[in-house]
Amino acid sequence: MYEGAIQDLIDELGRLPGVGPKSAQRIAFHILSADPADVTRLATALRKVKELVRFCAICHNVAESEQCRICRDPRRSDEVLCVVEEPKDVVAIERTGEFRGRYHVLGGAINPLEGVGPDNLRIRELMIRLGEGTVKELILATDPNTEGEATATYIALMVKPMGISVTRLASGLPVGGDLEYADEITLGRAFEGRRAV
Amino acid sequence: MQNGSVPGYSKPLYRDDAVVLRVQKLGESDRIITLLTRRHGRIRAVARGVRRTTSRFGGRLEPFGHVDLQLAEGTGLHTVRQVEGIELYAKRFLDDYPRYTTASAIAETAERLTPVESEPTLRLFLLTLGALRALAEGAHANTLILDAYLLRGMGLAGWAPALAECAVCGTAGRHGAFSVPAGGSVCPDCRPPGAAHPAPATIDLMSALATGNWRIADGTENATRRECSGLVAAHLQWHLERGLRSLPLVDRG
Ligand SMILES: [Zn+2]
Ligand SMILES: [Zn+2]
Repeated sequence: MYEGAIQDLIDELGRLPGVGPKSAQRIAFHILSADPADVTRLATALRKVKELVRFCAICHNVAESEQCRICRDPRRSDEVLCVVEEPKDVVAIERTGEFRGRYHVLGGAINPLEGVGPDNLRIRELMIRLGEGTVKELILATDPNTEGEATATYIALMVKPMGISVTRLASGLPVGGDLEYADEITLGRAFEGRRAV
Repeated sequence: MQNGSVPGYSKPLYRDDAVVLRVQKLGESDRIITLLTRRHGRIRAVARGVRRTTSRFGGRLEPFGHVDLQLAEGTGLHTVRQVEGIELYAKRFLDDYPRYTTASAIAETAERLTPVESEPTLRLFLLTLGALRALAEGAHANTLILDAYLLRGMGLAGWAPALAECAVCGTAGRHGAFSVPAGGSVCPDCRPPGAAHPAPATIDLMSALATGNWRIADGTENATRRECSGLVAAHLQWHLERGLRSLPLVDRG
């Protein structure tokens, strides 16, 4: 235990996800020895993120105004909607440059073991958006794990009667891996999703 | 932190097969996997790098799988060194939402019935594996598989509801009243105020599920199954300190 302010900082850092007590201590002492201007910039960034950032009223992505940059962009298609779990997934898909439609951020995945059901996610908001009739294709881009797959299955079940085309991101073999190391679920999916070459 | 030590190959390695009950994110790319093992009871183990798409663990450590593991012993948290899938049941649950929610309730119950880690519970392991297999194969209605699992799991924990005798005085026979606080069926003399009066077919279904008489269970009506699920859930909640999170989310179809 250290005295006063430095211990307070270690305690606060230690509450962050993925930061253990040792890392918290290392970061705290790094801050202590850093240039005061750098530390001021960090403190300002922390304060501003809580003051300025909110959730987009349409897609629930992080935004600095009523609507996010993507929802405001007139060049993007309203006919294709991509459903993701978290704002960081929007960033990941945007990096590919492959997608020119809009997004809907659920805020997580259905996980009964953690008590997260459909009502705890922004699925009702999604249904309202789809009910407006503009969307022709819904792309389900939830994580390729058990919770993400189950969430996609649930949404597909709800959306099918609306006559909207529903697609799921292909899952298969990671680029750079060896076939022999693939597990049976991944390999099975890769077979299902094979394409003509 | 228990998992903060240098990965030491001096830690003893051991092998066991297990059902994956739950996975939780840890740090950037790791997970803590809760496992119900055949010989070592319920344990928790770290799977390093499992969330990277190039992880050699791949989908083998997703929930509900029956897997063969090599583990490094630790104080508290163990470490997964190698894993092979024996039967990855998740692949049958991923595109079937009612099955997924049922499997979640089975996994959560298994965890709650093993409050102490590393205490061997072979019978619960076999019961859990059997329930997931039956669910994957669609051997019976999901709701019957779940209620049979809950009744037998409570039986292993010593809380089985009395069904063929009075829970209070032990008089044999099928009694008309059912009281969760009293411990199950109760005779007219012992019946406490507020006892339920389920249909006789419901008590028969509970007995059939508890003893594995699937011929009777498979032939029951939906109304009987619903009443049975209600009594089983109430009995389970009474004995657990806090309710199951997943049970209200089970899609009974
Ligand atoms: Zn938006
Ligand atoms: Zn009695």
